[in-house]
Amino acid sequence: MNDPKVGFIGKSVERKEDYRFLTGQGQYTDDVTLPNQTHAVFVRSPLAHAKIRSIDTAAAAKSDGVLAVFTGKDLGAIGGLPCGWLITSIDGTPMKEPKHPVLAEDKVRHVGDQVALVVAETLAQAKAAASLVDVDYDALPAVANTATAAGAKTAVHDIAPDNVCYTWGCGDKAAVDAAFAKAAHVTTLEFVNNRLVPNAIEPRAANAVYSRADDSYTLYVANQNPHVERLLMTAFVLGLPEHKVRVIAPDVGGGFGSKIFLYAEDTALVWASKRVGRPIKWTAERSESFLTDAHGRDHVTKAELALDAAGKFLALRVHTTANLGAYLSTFASAVPTILYATLLAGQYATPAIYAEVKGVFTNTAPVDAYRGAGRPEATYVVERIVETAARELKLDPAELRRRNFIHAFPYATPVGLTYDTGDYDATLNRAVELADVKGYAARKAASAKKGLLRGIGYSCYIEACGIAPSNVAGALGARAGLFEAGEVRVHPTGKVTVFTGSHSHGQGHETTFAQVVADKLGIPLDDVDIQHGDTGKILFGMGTYGSRSLAVGGTAIFKAVDKVIAKGKKIAAHMLEAAEGDIEFKNGEFRVAGTDRKKAFAEISLSAYVPHNYPLDKLEPGLNENAFYDPTNFTYPAGSYVCEVEVDPATGLVRVDRLTAVDDFGNVVNPMIVEGQVHGGLAQGIGQALLEGAHYDAEGQLLTGSFMDYALPRADDLPSFMVETAKGTPCTHNPLGVKGCGEAGAIGSPPAVINAITDALWHLGVRDVPMPASPHTVWKTIRSAAK
Amino acid sequence: MSVPVSMKVNGKAVTATVEPDTLLVTFLREHLRLTGTHVGCDTAQCGACTIHVNGRAAKSCNMLAVQAQGAELTTIEGVTPAEGMHPMQAAFKTCHGLQCGFCTPGMVMSAIDLVTHHPHGDEQQIREGLEGNFCRCTGYHNIVKAVALGAKAMGV
Repeated sequence: MNDPKVGFIGKSVERKEDYRFLTGQGQYTDDVTLPNQTHAVFVRSPLAHAKIRSIDTAAAAKSDGVLAVFTGKDLGAIGGLPCGWLITSIDGTPMKEPKHPVLAEDKVRHVGDQVALVVAETLAQAKAAASLVDVDYDALPAVANTATAAGAKTAVHDIAPDNVCYTWGCGDKAAVDAAFAKAAHVTTLEFVNNRLVPNAIEPRAANAVYSRADDSYTLYVANQNPHVERLLMTAFVLGLPEHKVRVIAPDVGGGFGSKIFLYAEDTALVWASKRVGRPIKWTAERSESFLTDAHGRDHVTKAELALDAAGKFLALRVHTTANLGAYLSTFASAVPTILYATLLAGQYATPAIYAEVKGVFTNTAPVDAYRGAGRPEATYVVERIVETAARELKLDPAELRRRNFIHAFPYATPVGLTYDTGDYDATLNRAVELADVKGYAARKAASAKKGLLRGIGYSCYIEACGIAPSNVAGALGARAGLFEAGEVRVHPTGKVTVFTGSHSHGQGHETTFAQVVADKLGIPLDDVDIQHGDTGKILFGMGTYGSRSLAVGGTAIFKAVDKVIAKGKKIAAHMLEAAEGDIEFKNGEFRVAGTDRKKAFAEISLSAYVPHNYPLDKLEPGLNENAFYDPTNFTYPAGSYVCEVEVDPATGLVRVDRLTAVDDFGNVVNPMIVEGQVHGGLAQGIGQALLEGAHYDAEGQLLTGSFMDYALPRADDLPSFMVETAKGTPCTHNPLGVKGCGEAGAIGSPPAVINAITDALWHLGVRDVPMPASPHTVWKTIRSAAK
Repeated sequence: MSVPVSMKVNGKAVTATVEPDTLLVTFLREHLRLTGTHVGCDTAQCGACTIHVNGRAAKSCNMLAVQAQGAELTTIEGVTPAEGMHPMQAAFKTCHGLQCGFCTPGMVMSAIDLVTHHPHGDEQQIREGLEGNFCRCTGYHNIVKAVALGAKAMGV
């Protein structure tokens, strides 16, 4: 049971939100059924690339129960779905921004592209009618391959005839070239960072209703940032007044990035709700999720690391082609650039780094942020090439890392970031200890007796979280601010409701944020409730992604609580007939310093709402404060992961035997929740390394379009993990000293797994194993190395 | 075309008329408004819709409502006692065996079935027993611990 007493920071208190989830009382978007509910189905393109000659909706419109059928023509002059980040190419030209229509206009550009919207009384009727919509397609050749998209014969968009959205550069190319010219050793790697489908277990869903009474709209939607959804939808697409649209993201069943974005379906439903005059619900089937949720990763990379004779890194050079998919999703342009190349220093004092990224259009689903978003891709580059260099130089991979670690902070990297704090030796040393690296040789010998090849791999990652200082983001092309807002409403009885612009879809904010507030106010945890996910309740919010919630959203709340305490001191000074400067607040009591004259928190709150004995001439009644917090820097969580695998050379089967993760997240509010976040990240990272991969064929058909073909990790695919949060180096620029933990596991683990597999197979001549390292892939790699 | 069905759901007799192609999960969610049972896929892979049919775990997306004619069904709402929680639900809370909560009802229903029929499973057996349920949030680490604790608390 939770301790009802005060002092909650650093305690693994059980989650306040669990009861409703465990008892089936969560309210996810599909659970919301409104009076006069209607149901929607989208007609989707079966072809990856085609001209639309005509769409005949007559038969569908006459079908049983059908209320309306809409196509792109019906939408008229509404805007396309916007991209929130402008990337500028090396030659100074802005990225190509083709229109992303809400419903297809003249062409379809990926399988699943939405062509028509059918609204009917029941879902079954909508489905039946959707099959009657007759679309006459003129098929075009498809561009489906990341590596060959640039300059392919077919253009996905007329405004980008070579399929290149941008060619972007980061770092000092001349300095890097000079460093390579004098290098004692150069390690080169070419690899693919495999395309992933986020697959939150709750599919995307939306339910839109128009109120004629006050000309307003309400949208329930499975989304990570309802205010951003509303802003983009009203201001850029539908031209609706922002204050007449309420967006509610109720309980949301996982996001992992995929529910950040403004999607066509949500937008079309809001538009159609006024035309139909009744609420319209749409819930994706899993096959629609595979076809239309924004995917992640999908890079093709060549990386080169230059070292001197002492094993010091001189320079890193990276060329990446990043698949952006058929259209630019909300943050698609930023993920393989701003969130990728800026992380290529990793934990190392590499003096010169240059990265060049070509973003390409293809006839595939849009690609955007997925857990880690650019930072896993960067970590994969750095940690694979560092480990490979160590093996080529016959050095201990841990030792080579130590030799190159950044040791002095703050540290300005050659790729634009300034790390405020860290202790990379501490996390690596602890990981080596916890993973029992000393016992590795014995375990390897034991595996060998069973005919299995054991390997060990390291990964020392860094990430930039707490996104982001708005002015820095703006200078880098962001079209939005990245602050967060919070409101602390103290009720007359001293109970507190907190309204946060962050959104919880598994992260446990209702508990963690309550811990912060209860701890600071010295009141019981049960006296604090957290509200989120509703533009009708929350003053504003940028939402949850990029491991930003506690560092940015939590800080906004923290600052609002500071304001509550400051006002409480004024009230207390009046009531206690003391100078304001003499009032101290501790353990839920306002006290005249050095005396026993005091007022409890609830006495002050009552006075604020019953202001009889109150300084009304100087102070407004009430105790309700809000704060906006814009961080001054990113936060830089970092950690060291050690993975041990056993590979069966006869079958190629890889088993992760041990995965040890030691993370420095700065201060930790709820260790249980933080470790849970790491576990989930590790599972997704191991999933990327061993199991998951989205594959399109040459015609742009998704071959991995269901859970029958796309291997999501199951319980028996994974080991138990050894996870420890290091004592840590608190973030220096937010008052909680927190850094963010949501993405770490997914960032750090893929290279640790692949480094372990390549270690196991190094003596066979294997230098790289593509992800996912499925049994077939590993078996083939062993066979081809032997030739 | 509608056909009559009758069954017992969470101890109560239920009679209704449904279209013959109505999935059992649709019947539970839309007709009976028991929305604790979730739908996470369309290929009977994710297990979010797991309930108990005549005392055994079953994926309610993979049955028609008419196939449950005469059956006794228990959903997550049905295992929840009038006050507090079932020991397996409580174990999930204690062990932080849930995050977003979407897979959770199905996971709990599978876990109760697993430990009822295989009471003394070790970690590997628990992992294999949960093979039919996806969780994308927890990495299963704490779910496995919760199932072991829940089994103990249930006294199986």
